[in-house]
Amino acid sequence: MSTKSKSIKSKTDFNQDERLKKVSNLKVLLNRPELGALGGAILVFIFFGIVAGDTGMFSAYGILNFLDVSANLGIIAIAAAMLMIGGEFDLSIGSMIGFAGICIAIPAIYWGWPLWMSIIFAFSMAVLVGYFNGILVVRTGLPSFIVTLAMLFILRGATLALTRLITGRTQVPGLRVLIENDPIAWIFATDSFKWVFTWLGSMNLIALRTDGTPLATGIPPSVIWFIALAILTTWILMKTRYGNWIFASGGDKNGANNVGVPVGRVKISLFIGTAVAATIFATIQVLDAGSADTMRGTLKELEAIAAAVVGGCLLTGGYGSAIGAAFGAIIFGTVSMGIFYTDVDTDWFKVFLGAMMLIAVIFNNYIRRKVTESK
Amino acid sequence: MSDYLVQFNNISKFFGKVIALKDVTMKLRKGEIMCLLGDNGAGKSTLIKTLAGVHKPDEGEIIFEGEKIIFDSPKDALDIGIATVYQDLALVPLMSVTRNFFMGREPLKGPPFLKTFDIEKANKIAAERMGQIGIDVRDPSQAVGTMSGGERQCLAISRAIYFGAKVLVLDEPTSALGVHQASVVLKYIVKAASQGLAVILITHNVHHAYPVGNSFTVLNRGKSLGTYEKKDISREKLLSMMAGGEELDKLEVELKEMNRISS
Repeated sequence: MSTKSKSIKSKTDFNQDERLKKVSNLKVLLNRPELGALGGAILVFIFFGIVAGDTGMFSAYGILNFLDVSANLGIIAIAAAMLMIGGEFDLSIGSMIGFAGICIAIPAIYWGWPLWMSIIFAFSMAVLVGYFNGILVVRTGLPSFIVTLAMLFILRGATLALTRLITGRTQVPGLRVLIENDPIAWIFATDSFKWVFTWLGSMNLIALRTDGTPLATGIPPSVIWFIALAILTTWILMKTRYGNWIFASGGDKNGANNVGVPVGRVKISLFIGTAVAATIFATIQVLDAGSADTMRGTLKELEAIAAAVVGGCLLTGGYGSAIGAAFGAIIFGTVSMGIFYTDVDTDWFKVFLGAMMLIAVIFNNYIRRKVTESK
Repeated sequence: MSDYLVQFNNISKFFGKVIALKDVTMKLRKGEIMCLLGDNGAGKSTLIKTLAGVHKPDEGEIIFEGEKIIFDSPKDALDIGIATVYQDLALVPLMSVTRNFFMGREPLKGPPFLKTFDIEKANKIAAERMGQIGIDVRDPSQAVGTMSGGERQCLAISRAIYFGAKVLVLDEPTSALGVHQASVVLKYIVKAASQGLAVILITHNVHHAYPVGNSFTVLNRGKSLGTYEKKDISREKLLSMMAGGEELDKLEVELKEMNRISS
């Protein structure tokens, strides 16, 4: 977040030209792609503050609950947004989640690998899958929509078939006992800032269990990953050369190529990014649940794209923001959890998701016209 | 040793059986604007791509500053200073002026491995450069999409010059522009040449080419119909050469002949 506000500031501070009408910070903010998602997130919080303010949704436990859901979606939404800005789609994110899950579970449970090795194996597979997606799209020039749709089926099918072949079933439980003392697993499985919650509990500021420990034990790993990724990707987009290449590759790949941007490499790296994000998602969930499920992550690719679109990414590429996708994920996560605290039937969540996306697309379209409109 | 900055000698390019270019020769001095004229299908695009290093010529040689040069990629051409501004300008409308100006060649700052895009410096240079050519970029962080066609063209040219172009290849820089915008761009091209650049201006519009060009090469069906100094050729003559006027003249004679015989 800090990088963001700084870059906006530098833009307005820079030009001392007297012909330049003084543009307020607000106006600059209005031209940012993430504005819609930020506004949406604020509206959602106000809404649930009024409707569900006294239900425990905004207790420490409740907040961590919806933040956890938002963060999980956010991890893949941010990667999907980066790829969309780079001008491509990845529909295989959801299948990659399932595939990564069993890449961790089967070696660890059936082949006797240490857990850390299985995790590294899963991430290596993610890099391979992402690279394969990327190289296919770049080399063939086919729409990534089709290429990754094929990968969606291939990965899901392979996940199911391999798991059944090796284990005889579709779920692989028994991972929880392996987490302790593992040199890597804690990165994906440890709650942070436990002392804060213990302290808050001891001060009777948050709800306690009957044994005196706080109900909310710490910040879940997903949230830490989510925040770290949001900061990292925003920094990349706004402040690095690679970030400029991502915008350029998505905005006009021929033009970018002609001025020396390695468009192919940029796109391939972004495909690797989505596959790796799916694997982060999978690792966190598998270690949290203690089991891998072949169907894990189903339809997550569409939720990730929806969050990215709500976050201001254009479907045509070249425009958008990572922080916007993060807000998009927070909107969806908050509503999907918050709806339990209201009288509304949870079936309506999908309706909300769809409507939200539609509004976002119309809004984004309007913004794009405004940004490129002639003087 | 000749006084030419760049020479393209007898360039030929074949695609399978198709002869796209045959024995095209062009020579340019510093500060000169050579206009390459040709109708659709004359081989202009192939020639541009050969100059830009996209295609390798099948025959002929490129001599730059007295040395024979072979391009393996567009980057090679760029590296020695032959910059091509394509019709699509390689500008991304949704990106800011600055981000476009430095696209692919961003200035960096900071320690190794943590180098960041120096946006402040980039903004300053972009505004300065655009200011020099009389384009008032009110805010270099504004999207290129908000600029007019002529301004975009000038931005693309100014970018090429900033990054060390010695030979500027311009592909139809005025074709999509109105009269006023076109004259702004042409003025800028003349200014660039007066600073010592060699400019190859590719166009099918003689009215745009004639006032600014020092010499004219007419391309027809992959072959050069010759290069003429401005003093040696009139606008009308150029126009008729381009439109295949001589062929039409011949046709007229033949038709008359036929009429005479039949009557």
